[in-house]
Amino acid sequence: MTQQEYENMELLRFTTAGSVDDGKSTLIGRLLYDSKSIFEDQYETIKKTSERRGEEGVNLALLTDGLKSEREQGITIDVAYRYFSTPKRKFIIADTPGHIQYTRNMVTGASTANVALILIDARNGVMEQTRRHAIIASLLQIPHVVVCVNKMDLVEYKEEAYEAIKDEFSNWASKLDVKDVHFIPISALNGDNVVDKSENMPWYGGTTLLYYLENVHIGSDHNLIDVRFPVQHVIRPYNDEFHDYRGYSGRVAGGVMKKGDKVTILPSGFTSTISKIDTYDGELEQAHAPMSVTVLLEDDIDISRGDMIVRENNQPEVSQDVEIMVSWFNERPLQLRGKYTLMHTTKECRCIIKDIQYKLDINTLHRNLEDKDVKMNDIARVTLRTTKPLFADSYRRNRITGSVILIDEGTNETVGAGMII
Amino acid sequence: MNYQLNHLRELESESIFVLREVAAQFENPVLMFSGGKDSILMSYLAMKAFYPAKVPFPLLHVDTGHNFPETIEFRDNWVKKIGAKLIVGSVQEAIDKGMVVEEKGVNASRNGLQTAVLLDELEKGKFDAAMGGARRDEEKARAKERFFSHRDEFGQWDPKNQRPELWNIFNGKKHFGEHFRIFPISNWTEMDVWMYLAMEKVELPNLYFAHERDVFDRDGILLANTDYIEKKPNEKIVKKMVRCRTIGDMTCTGVWESQATTIEDIITEVSTTRVTERGGRADDKRSETSMEDRKIKGYF
Repeated sequence: MTQQEYENMELLRFTTAGSVDDGKSTLIGRLLYDSKSIFEDQYETIKKTSERRGEEGVNLALLTDGLKSEREQGITIDVAYRYFSTPKRKFIIADTPGHIQYTRNMVTGASTANVALILIDARNGVMEQTRRHAIIASLLQIPHVVVCVNKMDLVEYKEEAYEAIKDEFSNWASKLDVKDVHFIPISALNGDNVVDKSENMPWYGGTTLLYYLENVHIGSDHNLIDVRFPVQHVIRPYNDEFHDYRGYSGRVAGGVMKKGDKVTILPSGFTSTISKIDTYDGELEQAHAPMSVTVLLEDDIDISRGDMIVRENNQPEVSQDVEIMVSWFNERPLQLRGKYTLMHTTKECRCIIKDIQYKLDINTLHRNLEDKDVKMNDIARVTLRTTKPLFADSYRRNRITGSVILIDEGTNETVGAGMII
Repeated sequence: MNYQLNHLRELESESIFVLREVAAQFENPVLMFSGGKDSILMSYLAMKAFYPAKVPFPLLHVDTGHNFPETIEFRDNWVKKIGAKLIVGSVQEAIDKGMVVEEKGVNASRNGLQTAVLLDELEKGKFDAAMGGARRDEEKARAKERFFSHRDEFGQWDPKNQRPELWNIFNGKKHFGEHFRIFPISNWTEMDVWMYLAMEKVELPNLYFAHERDVFDRDGILLANTDYIEKKPNEKIVKKMVRCRTIGDMTCTGVWESQATTIEDIITEVSTTRVTERGGRADDKRSETSMEDRKIKGYF
């Protein structure tokens, strides 16, 4: 591979969710195997294990086997990250369990994904689990959803079976907030339409799954409109060469920042102009999400971690009262009037849960106004009051400036993840 | 105007974000430096992250005393180049003091002893965050590791009770006496590391490039000839053109027959190789879950 080729590769993150039976592990194994991302020693190990267990052929699902405890129980408990690449793209798979008791893991995997891969067993059609995965993809605002109707070999590769499922899913998903849905009939076990086009389904004129993953347009997945630069760390070299250097480093969370831009600093409200966008590799004329850069300003203003640099005429909501959809992660239920540490971009403060409005049924989208007991894996709409104002956008507009995590003040555990409404 | 970064720049940006987050959230972080390409990459990214200021944390090398001499030479030049402070923890000293006991037998390795010395150094230096160059693609237990990995006061990893990590918000909160292991290059694969080092023209230890060396075959793995390894009677020393794919202890790092003398050759070789880089690590071959077991005890 030449330097020019790998310098043109892009990164795509996708999430999968599923249970033991729907063929998720087989599909991932198939993608890894057919894209030649499996090494001989890995293949030999699973071949031996398959033989020892008396299985027919090599069980590709074993490639995604994880921790000892998971192998003993035959399930995926946690999020496992897997990697493969083609000459066009590098892929990061966040592989998560699909059962309702692991909703929090699915939410975690979905939080950074460009694409959600949803599997449907062609024999069973749209099940509760399918709906749950789609709802999570919608809540977490995954930009693209690809629905794989799997096990087509078990319905004799019939077009009607595929079309019926496609219609059923489309009708139901119309009430979700997913913009880009794509369908592909596959057999993960036999490899139909995964990497190579199937000869068993001549009626299907679309692309294979890998072709879709290699070509889906992800250039607009980041917000490129609203300039948001959460200050992460202040760089002061304290040496002769850079005596007066004061740079604000961070990762652009939205928009395109340019040298010479008039900016406002939150929370102080002071204004200045970007004098330099600096990196180790030299000065840049502009920077966009998700670049990590160091910004210098013309004026000497007191700025520290947790502050945010924005454009004068395009500012986030500055408020201490925040409405969020919270996904609860902890065995100890969410406490009404409870106090938690809150992290939002690079800012940290405390918050109190002022109100629990409703609990969302993750299988049906039904809003439960009576039962407000928010336990592990529940998703609920709550109102917070924070000790310091947040500089927030709605999660729909920006996944970085629209997200928060809640931390238990006693145990320091991350207990909840919130999406600002 | 194209606003899409290539995959190497996106990985770079993510790792720089994590490194800066460590400097911001912890009082006394340290970067684990082994002399291998992953820790070279990590410290190179740290230099970028804080430019033009100096890297705001020291590098810690746990020297087993069984390192390739080339590793030590490279290490000393590298820290000067990136302008960082170096701390060396010595396994030999720990053995001499009776803190740990050396393994015996033909497959004896000081790999396991590193953990005790590492934990001791972390305690001595009162470090609250130790950054490691582990990658999730290396091994199945590492596939589930977090960027910010919480450790109790014994340095242990509890795989079933890890903190969820969402978006790019990292929770580094801890109780007194606890610390964090941090893995800034979690999402890089072996191939990504090579491509990036080639793109950036980063200097590397010559062990990675093909050279002639005395080696012998043990259970299908080629090991460099050294006094540190007790040879079995049937193990014959031969001269071969070899290179390292990973750099660890001489006692457990396999070398590979190779003609790759440039980084471009290595990229070609890696892209056609059908065996994982840890396939040559004797320490991983002890049992199916050896990495998971070692990590639980505090290994990286």
